[in-house]
This record gives sequence, C-alpha cells and structure tokens, in this order.
Amino acid sequence: MIVLLGVVVVILGFVTRRNPVLVVGVAGVFTGLIGGMNPLEVLAAFGRSFADSRSVTVFAVALPVIGLLERYGLREQARRLIARLGALSTGRFLTVYLLVRQVTAAFGLTSMCGPAQTVRPLVAPMAEAAAERSAGAALPERLREKVRSYSASADTVGVFFGEDCFVAIGSILLITGFVNSTYHQNLEPTQLALWAVPVAVCAFLVHGARLLLLDRQLQREMALAAAEHDLPLPKESNK
Amino acid sequence: MIKVEWLYWLVGLVFVAMAVQMAADRSNPKRWTSAAFWGLLGLTFPYGTGVANATAKNGGWTLPAEPLGAAVLALIVLAGFNFLGKGVPVTSTAEERKASATRLGSRIFVPALTIPLVAIVCASVLDGSGLFETGKATLIGLGIGCLVALGVGMLVTGERKPSVPLHSGRSMLEAMGSALLLPQLLAVLGSIFALAGVGTQVGRLVHDVLPDHSKYLAVLAYCVGMFLFTVIMGNAFAAFPVMTAAIGWPVLVQQMHGDPPAVLAVGMLAGFCGTLCTPMAANFNIVPATLLELKDQYGPIKAQIPTALPLLVCCTALMAFFAF
Repeated sequence: MIVLLGVVVVILGFVTRRNPVLVVGVAGVFTGLIGGMNPLEVLAAFGRSFADSRSVTVFAVALPVIGLLERYGLREQARRLIARLGALSTGRFLTVYLLVRQVTAAFGLTSMCGPAQTVRPLVAPMAEAAAERSAGAALPERLREKVRSYSASADTVGVFFGEDCFVAIGSILLITGFVNSTYHQNLEPTQLALWAVPVAVCAFLVHGARLLLLDRQLQREMALAAAEHDLPLPKESNK
Repeated sequence: MIKVEWLYWLVGLVFVAMAVQMAADRSNPKRWTSAAFWGLLGLTFPYGTGVANATAKNGGWTLPAEPLGAAVLALIVLAGFNFLGKGVPVTSTAEERKASATRLGSRIFVPALTIPLVAIVCASVLDGSGLFETGKATLIGLGIGCLVALGVGMLVTGERKPSVPLHSGRSMLEAMGSALLLPQLLAVLGSIFALAGVGTQVGRLVHDVLPDHSKYLAVLAYCVGMFLFTVIMGNAFAAFPVMTAAIGWPVLVQQMHGDPPAVLAVGMLAGFCGTLCTPMAANFNIVPATLLELKDQYGPIKAQIPTALPLLVCCTALMAFFAF
C-alpha cells in the first residue's frame, strides 16, 4: 500500500504548482526507494527508461529548419496566402486540418504534422489570418491566444484519435505487448485498431463541431470588443 | 539499413551544437548552466544507444544504465532549480520578414512542406524496401525530411551561413526550456511506478471498493479511472498497465466476459481524453503553448476540455454497450 504515496507526491506537487520537472524527479526517486529498490537500481531504472523514451524528443531536429524559414517570413507569407483564400473561415480551416491530421495519423503518419512541424509555422498563422480577414481588423491579444490554442487543439485531438486506427502505433503495441505477456493472450493489433474507429468518428464530430462554433464565438467577441472600447479596431496587424 | 539510433545521434548533435553556442552567448545571464543542461541532454542521446542495446539484448556495444540515471538526475536539478536562461534571440525585424516574404512568395512553403512529404514517402513507399529499421520508417522519415528541408531551405532563402538556422532553432529551444524534457521524464516515472508495483496496489484497492457483478459500475470505474490516472500521470501509457491490472482484465474481461479488444482499445482511448486535460502531458499541451508563444500556458487545455469530457462519455457508452 505504501507505494501509493508516490502517486500522492505527484498530486501534491501538481496541486501546489511546483516545477513539474522537479515533481516528476522527486516522485520517481521516492517511489523507487519506498518500492524496495536500492539507490543504484533507481538510477539504473531512470537511465533505462530515459534511453527507451528518446523518440518523444526527436521533434527538436525540426527546430533549425522552422527557425530559418521564420526568419525569412514564413509566418507572414502563410497569413498572406490564407488572406487570398476567400471562403475558408478559421473554424472551417481548422476542421479541415483536424480531418487531415486524423486521416494521416490513421495511416501511421503521426510524425508528419505536429506543433513544431506544422502548427507553429503554418496552421496557427493561417487560422489567425482567416479570423482577421473575416473580422476586417486585427485580433485583440486575447482572441489571438484563443485562435492559437484552438489550432494546437485541432492538432492534438486529431493525432490522438487518429493514430489508434493504425496497427503499428505505440499505444496499440503497448496494449498487445502488455496483455499478451502478462495474461498469455494472443491479441492481434488489427482487432484493437478496429475498435478505435468509432471513437475516432465521435472525436471528429465533437471537436469539428466545436471548431465550427469557434467562428461564431470570434464574431461575437470581436463585436463586443469593438463596442467596449467604442473605438474602431486597428486596421492592420503588425505581427 | 538506416537505423533509428542514427537519428537519435543527430538529435544529440543538434543539442550539443546549440549548447556550444549558448556557452558563448553573453546575453544569457545563465549561459554556463544553460549550456551544461542542453549539452548533457545532447550526450544522453548517443549514450542511450548503449543502454538501449543492453536492455533489448539486440547486440552491439552496451553501456551501464546507472551513469545515465545520474545524468538524468543532474538534468532534473538544473531544470528544477531554475538554472536555465535565455539569450536575446538573434533574428530578423518584422520589416525584414515582410520584405523577404514578398521577395520569396510562396516558395518559402516548399521547405516546410518538404518535412511531411519526405516523411510520407519514407513511411509508405520506402517502408518495405528494407532501407529502414523495421517499424521506425516514419520517425526516420522525419529526421531525413528535416535534413532535406534544411538543404532546400538554405537554397530557397539564399542563406549561406549554417550557423543561422542553428541560431534560430536555439532561440526556439531556449523559449521552450525544460518543458521539452518533461515527456521523457514522465515515461521514466511511469516505468518506475510499474517496477514499484503501483498497479497491483490500485487493483487491490478497487477490488475492495467495487460491488460484485455490477457491469456498468465496473465499466465506469475503468474508463474514469483511466481518465483520472492519466490526468495525474500525464500519460495514458503510464496509466494503462496500472488500471488494466486493477480493473480492466480481472473484472471486465475475466469476471464479466467482456470482449478483450473492445475493452482494452476503448479503455486506452478513455485515457487519451485525460491527456487532453492535463498540464502533466507537457508535450501535447505545454510544449505547443510555448511554441505558439501563448501567455496562458493552459490555453490549449482550455480549448480541449469541452471536447475531452463528451468523448469520455462516448468511450464509456461504447464499452458498456458493445464490449459485452
């Protein structure tokens, strides 16, 4: 029972808003030690699992390319491009992106898009530009944050509920690996992937609907912001 | 055959190169400790090859895991006690960016689209060619895509100095800070929990509380349990062994004869709903917030919670009606 104190450490650290890196480190060492490992075993466990999880940090190789392109105006050009596309509102654009992200992830292409590869350089600036075009004015800071947050959400929801339809993805392999070795079963990844399809459809319907509703929200809040200040909003964004 | 380890070495090299730049950056008040952090993180990547070889017993050179564990603790101390600083970003002005966007036009998208395009080609066309390590084609494709895109990017922009992309990437790295490390650390925490037996303990606890033969309550306990545990751990992968050992397998599959693939697949997705709601899932929630330069680092979570909760209901209902 005493090992559950490790979970308590995580919750306490989380609730008191300590530095998350520190919370995770302390909880790991603490749980290992009260779970009966000696200090060297704890170190070895830290080392082994850190080595095994290196793939989650790989996106850092995209940073130099994106950095270079941004320096040469990638975000500015993305905004211009969407400004020319007439019909696409922020919500419609993000719904299309959600669908693209889900479908590509369902074919196993999870590393194709992502916050560093696509959202920051392309999706968020395009979503912002679409919002500014339909409003005919620059977005106030709060709404800009909102549009960016929804851009990130379209990416995350898309990849989460797309990838499980693919048989060779981490979560599916984790399920079969765990169950087959622990309970001596013979589960096939395809059986699991099939059950991910209805949830993926639900995810698209729920999040897609919310993205489409975002347009109305933006409209309402833009009108409100304009009325509150009783001033015309700035004509062009300098961002 | 191209191995995924080569990609890890490349990532390590990028971190070390940026660490060298940081050490020389006088505008960063904490330049030595920042350089130590990113340099050490860079070195864990090639060292990890030896540790992974030893764990998987797949041959090649092996290294003991304990020194890597000590290095991870050092990284935690450097990041946890605020030893990471930022330099003044080396970048262009808004006017320069507008001017070069006008000059380059939509050609500037070519390198950005190169990354996903190369990743697609590697994952689909070249996957079966034996060119890549089995099962790693997309990940390797991402690495190759970035290298190709860098070359194409230098050509398109006419940039000659290789230090420029490195500088720009470093500014993004400094902006992200220790959030970049959190996903890997959470994976570590998950495996330590498993080793220490947290799962079996939760199982005993749930078994004592749950009334016998109540199918819907058991489904609810598994789905909500996956959700809550994922919120705490930040990772459905860490919650899955714990909750499945606790309820999923012994109660839902063995006692109530649920269909194993339906129970387990939907249970994992209920956990994913939790990932959408928690700052502990740094790589999905905090990292995008810092990458997008949001003032409110919980912005993405706030956009996701109203989707996550209805989806959790969907998962629970799907399991309750179709798994038995």
